Amino acid sequence: MKKSQVRWCWAMILPVVIGLAIFTYGPMFASLLLSFTNDDAVNTPSYVGMANYKYLLTADPSFWVSVKVTGVFAAASVSLGLVASLSVALILNQDIPFRGIFRTLYYFPTILPATASGVLWAFIFQPQDGLLNGLLRKVGVGHPPAWTDSPQWALPALIIMSIWGFGGAMVVFLAGLQNTDKSLQEAASLDGATSWKKFWVITWPAITPLVFFNLTMSLIGSLKAFDQAFAFGTSGPGVGGPARATLFYVLNLYEKAFGHFHMGLAAAMAWILFAAIAALTGVNFALSKRWVKGSGI
Amino acid sequence: MKPGKILALAVATLGLAICLAPVIWLFSTSLKPFEEILKTPTSFLPKHPRPQNFTDFFSSFTFWRSFANSCIVAALTVVGTLASAIPAGYAFARLKAKGSGLVFGLLIASLMLPGQVTIIPVFRLFASLGMIDTFYPLVLPAWLGTNAFAIFLMRQFFLGIPEEMLEAARLDGASEGRILARVAVPLAKPAIATVAIFAFLGSWNDLWGPLIYLNKESSMTLMVSLMNFVGGSGTAQGTPWNLVMAGVVVTVLPAFILFGIFQKTFVAGISTTGLK
Repeated sequence: MKKSQVRWCWAMILPVVIGLAIFTYGPMFASLLLSFTNDDAVNTPSYVGMANYKYLLTADPSFWVSVKVTGVFAAASVSLGLVASLSVALILNQDIPFRGIFRTLYYFPTILPATASGVLWAFIFQPQDGLLNGLLRKVGVGHPPAWTDSPQWALPALIIMSIWGFGGAMVVFLAGLQNTDKSLQEAASLDGATSWKKFWVITWPAITPLVFFNLTMSLIGSLKAFDQAFAFGTSGPGVGGPARATLFYVLNLYEKAFGHFHMGLAAAMAWILFAAIAALTGVNFALSKRWVKGSGI
Repeated sequence: MKPGKILALAVATLGLAICLAPVIWLFSTSLKPFEEILKTPTSFLPKHPRPQNFTDFFSSFTFWRSFANSCIVAALTVVGTLASAIPAGYAFARLKAKGSGLVFGLLIASLMLPGQVTIIPVFRLFASLGMIDTFYPLVLPAWLGTNAFAIFLMRQFFLGIPEEMLEAARLDGASEGRILARVAVPLAKPAIATVAIFAFLGSWNDLWGPLIYLNKESSMTLMVSLMNFVGGSGTAQGTPWNLVMAGVVVTVLPAFILFGIFQKTFVAGISTTGLK
């Protein structure tokens, strides 16, 4: 490569080098250091060793609450979201009329900003005037759940809301399904295989890389959920929900950092989240060797 | 049609009705007078549509200021993203100097890092520079290539340009900057449009950043103002959900319009990233 090209190359990526240093890797190490201090955004931080981590894991009243909320949310919304997106993709993969329109309209709700859908669903789940309870009463449910006001039902409400955004994963599944070998399906039909058997023997192995992709992405996304939970709480029972039933991990972190300015503590929380995401993604990749067919992604 | 297909069509239609009901409910409520919301059971569509909900919403806080702020932040973010992602994408694809591969690897690895890890030092940095309640914290990162997805997309596109086209320009004595501007960019218009759309929506829809950096009412973006309006709008009769939904309609409108025009870009963008 010519000297001038080398110079052009570095000139063109110089902003990226600066950006990575100032906004990514510099702050990453700075926050690791801050997590071992009592930083409060005002005074000079001093070293406190593992105290922040120890406090979070053993003494903080809200840490495990938010871990549990986020864990339940992630498990339910990821699994139900995958089932919904794959089911709809399988239905749309059949040669039905208006398939393109169906695909576009199913995808449509995912373009709503998470904040907007949080506010919209808080209204839909209103115990008195909400759309859902109106319908439930109409079909004869005398005492429908109080959703936004109920410690038991606020989190399920957020899970239902998250399933609504299944369109993105569905489009990925549909693209993959349309690449699978049609002749194999037809041969199996001639041999009298049931749809159920055809799915598990032919379709499923072909789409496991996509299942893995959607699983990984939605798991990471759900562990970092913030906008929708913030909007949902703000429009109804207050941030964190009734009895802190929707105190998501990142919501808790946000409150600690920017509500109470416990910056060191929040930095420790951020690193625990990072470690959890890295570990879960690692486990995911390791397990994927057993069930994902082909080269993966 | 075979019975199986009729069943599939029926299930698809039913599912779609469930999926779109909340959106219709959103628009319907935004046009209802307040009395209709209080009525139980409430009707699905407004009986006496009231477009004044929108003007009421506009005049109930510094709406136009927030709207202008959102537009400014989004415009500066889009321009910054393109200004940093187009040259970087080109350099990563076609000018691989020694060491640039490492930079690209670090860039892609940064996608794995949750933003929560870096937010506190970055917040302290901006605070120490006196930039709280300014747009710099929201816009500056875009100019410095922090949108790794945008750079990756541009790089993938530039990889597909035939080497002969670039080589021909080089033999004519064009510099790499000139080749990028005159040869590569005109070919990359679809990729640039995709990056611009997603950068715009990312900025317009963002709540986390503006919530942290903007505290003064005069500097807030629409998303934060909407949150404040929702949180503070409760009256003795309850929340004026018709005005709140009018506000939601206004904030989602750019996404709806862009989706209406570029729906193929949206759907294709999602499915190709999934298959990579």
